Amino acid sequence: MKYVALFILSLIFWLLLTYNLTIPNIIVGSIASLITSLIFGKYFLKDVVPFLQPQRYFWLMVYLFIFTWECIKANFDVAYRVLHPAMPIKPGIVRVKLGLKTNIAKTILANSITMTPGTISVDIIGDEIYVHWIYVYSENPEEYSHKISGRFEKYIKKIFE
Amino acid sequence: METIGFIFICIGILFNLFGCIGLIRLPDVYNRLQSATKCVTLGTCSILVGVIFYYGFNGAGFKAIIAIPLLFFAATVAAHALVKGAYIFGVKLGNKSVKDDYEDVPKS
Amino acid sequence: MIDYLNILLYAQIALCIFCLYRIIRGPSIADRMVGIDIFGILVVGICAILSITTQRKFILDIGIAWIILSFIGTLTLAKYLSGKKLNE
Repeated sequence: MKYVALFILSLIFWLLLTYNLTIPNIIVGSIASLITSLIFGKYFLKDVVPFLQPQRYFWLMVYLFIFTWECIKANFDVAYRVLHPAMPIKPGIVRVKLGLKTNIAKTILANSITMTPGTISVDIIGDEIYVHWIYVYSENPEEYSHKISGRFEKYIKKIFE
Repeated sequence: METIGFIFICIGILFNLFGCIGLIRLPDVYNRLQSATKCVTLGTCSILVGVIFYYGFNGAGFKAIIAIPLLFFAATVAAHALVKGAYIFGVKLGNKSVKDDYEDVPKS
Repeated sequence: MIDYLNILLYAQIALCIFCLYRIIRGPSIADRMVGIDIFGILVVGICAILSITTQRKFILDIGIAWIILSFIGTLTLAKYLSGKKLNE
């Protein structure tokens, strides 16, 4: 079943990339997607049930809006720190505890942390993530874990778990 | 439509400029990587949005739409790999740093 | 409009000089690798603007291929930096 899901996804990707719906193009795309899904199918997914639940797509849309807003805020934050003559930075590496279980959710959360204001993820060991922070606001673990990952964690839990 | 695309391309180049200034001014590897990755990735995404407005929704527009998530995942994963590699290689944190929790953790 | 876009294209190319400065001057190897990574992303922007000013759409394909190649190159460099063999 997961081979079929990967086949459909890569065929859609091919059709978007070439963007013409003639018969020879579809045949070539099917052959290429078949080879791809036979080789990489066993690494791709555990099961395909989450693809068929429509409320996950709704939360994905909400998450994309929030994430775009955080990205734009991150850019103005970095621009302020770079252009300020005294450069107000106070960097450090902090440890944040995660509440997520699956690997794909942890990966997406690490990517989101990299794009939000002032943080970049260094490593994940077990259920703890190490984050390099450009301005350490507080030394209290609960406070900064809420500030770093609390905004995204509940949406990612609804989407990917 | 072309005017909107032009404005998006201007904003993108402005953000790229901020990222490159950060690449020059900030004091150590981690801070440089932070400013450069964030600003340059969003600036290039903004340029690609401008290209979408310019071409409209035909073949070239869809190519630009595909390029945005691809660029996003590629840039973030590359930044993550570079930070971890630089830490294992032995680059010290800058002398303004206040906290280092990753120091006494077994690295793999 | 095309004339103004040409000016923006030259501005984007001029930003590469910052990255070249960091590649040449950088005190450690990691600084040089950061410069190479950022250079790869800037080239994608150059490809996107160039496809408008020359009206040739295949340059966007070059941009997509460049994203993937730059990604693989940076991962290889980071793996070398952390002291592993390339087949681990």
